[in-house]
Amino acid sequence: MKITSVFPLALKSILLNKSRSFLTMLGVIIGVGSVVLLTSIGTGLQAYVTDQFASLGTNILYVVPGNPFENGGFGGETSMIESTKPVLKRRLYNQVIRNNRDLIKEGIVTGVNVAEAKYKKTTKKVTLYGVTSSYETVYNTKAESGKWFNATEEEKSERIILLGPKIAEELFGKVDPINKNILLNGQAYKVIGVLEEKGGGFGGPSFDNYVYIPLETLFKYFDTELIDSFVFEVRDKEQIKEATLAIEKTIGKELDEDEFSVFDQSQLLTTINSILGVLTVGLGGIAAISLVVGGIGIMNIMLVSVTERTREIGLRKALGATPNFILAQFLTEAAMLSIIGGLIGLVIAYLGSLALQPYFPAKVTMEAVVLAFGVSTAVGLIFGVAPAKRAAKLSPIEALRYE
Amino acid sequence: MLLRLNQVSKNYKIGDAVIRALDQISLQVQEKEFLAIMGPSGSGKSTFLQVASMLAEPSEGEIFLNDVEVSAYNEIQRAHLRNKQIGFIFQSFNLLARTSALDNVLLPMFYAGEKTDSYKVKQKAKEMLERVGLGDRLYNTPAQLSGGQQQRVAIARALINDPSLIFADEPTGNLDSKSGEDIKKILKDLNKEGKTIIMVTHEEDVADIAKRRIVFKDGQVLSDDRKK
Repeated sequence: MKITSVFPLALKSILLNKSRSFLTMLGVIIGVGSVVLLTSIGTGLQAYVTDQFASLGTNILYVVPGNPFENGGFGGETSMIESTKPVLKRRLYNQVIRNNRDLIKEGIVTGVNVAEAKYKKTTKKVTLYGVTSSYETVYNTKAESGKWFNATEEEKSERIILLGPKIAEELFGKVDPINKNILLNGQAYKVIGVLEEKGGGFGGPSFDNYVYIPLETLFKYFDTELIDSFVFEVRDKEQIKEATLAIEKTIGKELDEDEFSVFDQSQLLTTINSILGVLTVGLGGIAAISLVVGGIGIMNIMLVSVTERTREIGLRKALGATPNFILAQFLTEAAMLSIIGGLIGLVIAYLGSLALQPYFPAKVTMEAVVLAFGVSTAVGLIFGVAPAKRAAKLSPIEALRYE
Repeated sequence: MLLRLNQVSKNYKIGDAVIRALDQISLQVQEKEFLAIMGPSGSGKSTFLQVASMLAEPSEGEIFLNDVEVSAYNEIQRAHLRNKQIGFIFQSFNLLARTSALDNVLLPMFYAGEKTDSYKVKQKAKEMLERVGLGDRLYNTPAQLSGGQQQRVAIARALINDPSLIFADEPTGNLDSKSGEDIKKILKDLNKEGKTIIMVTHEEDVADIAKRRIVFKDGQVLSDDRKK
């Protein structure tokens, strides 16, 4: 007899006990479903972050104090504030711009602080993002209403601000914020513009939540002299490397090598993606535990099934079924349960990722599909061995006598 | 010689005790014979049937089927032998539940490696069922058949691979007397057509249809009589 003839046999016995088969599969369905869905969220997140960075511009270079890539990468907002040594000087920035007109088109100097913002009865803790007026052109961030401040207003340290769209809504609701005054740490500032939406953030800091303030104003009224970063817009994407070296050379004349870093989007992206990658694997690994539990469920039911069908096995053996054929039959049945469960789980994960897409970037990848399919097959085979062996070993006489 | 047992014994271990269920049996069966094996329970008649039908291995002795020694066969060889040369009829029918009469009859052909969905093979199974009077019940499952009908399906199944030997273990034991009569008649007719049958029974009237009667006691042959 051909070994392929076990397939219809196994399928038939799965279909004979539809509800039990389904319940047995449930463990694998949940296991595969959660593994695929969670990894799809992780990979979707990576793709999203990459897109976001691309939208910010790929020809941007950053200069920050110290080395943010050391000690496990970025610590976010707090580490920016806590990087306390005022190593970056306005003078250095001016030198870079002056010396590299051929490479660098424009630049921004930034500083960060936090403050309590108040409009009428609404109070919010906000991030103050001190920037130079060139921010508008370098990041291509237009004011949706109102206008950006200009270089003159910045030099005069005027008490004017722009709001990210989210913080504008949180403070003002439906009121138009333009030309209204808000209090920052108790002092009045005039809102001159609200920026267009940039998106992103996922609950973390987002450009839409910042209060944009002229850098000189920030320095004058918020008791800080600390430059957080220089941002340089390179004329041509191809010149990124060249520009990095030029900036390092100019600033390196005054600062030690480890006192500052120059990096571009791609470095930042690599770091963030590697963090997200670890996160994805971790989440998938936790979900994989449920796959093992699903496999144990299959083994359990197959053992029950072998006991229940003892007489049937005895009869099949009496009529000429070899032990290997019986082994193959039960192993195939276990594998089929697991594979069908895996496929259902995959469909559920795919539908789940579609349902998530309006709120969250989820992406089912081919790797996840192949992995889920392979793992569910393996689970069925591994956990099917013990019951199938038991069936194959049954003596036909004992089995026929079994009540 | 179709079947020859030479000094065959079978021991069972139950706990520490060894029970000798068959004690040096020597027996010869010719083609077209019809044997009734009788004896009280525990006499060894069922063990004889299991050993002679290759379901169980003998502990000692030799068994020849068509002059080939089969007592030394391994499990796989014995499975093939049972499939091709032996037909089984059980007391409790042992049909596959929720499976049609036709598919039950096809089972030995499936294990013989035949394509059970081919027209020719199906036709043969249909003929077998018609022969036992179930031509109109091909697609009924065991639950939809009476006991007598189920046993007739089992007989059709035993015949499908055209075996040399048919073993029947109390074939009428689970049947009412009317159905029992039908089965007796079918078995008698099969023997008339040339089938060799070895049947275990404890009922006198069933044993009467056989041409040779062997009585077992304590694992040995007590008597071996042929009908004149």
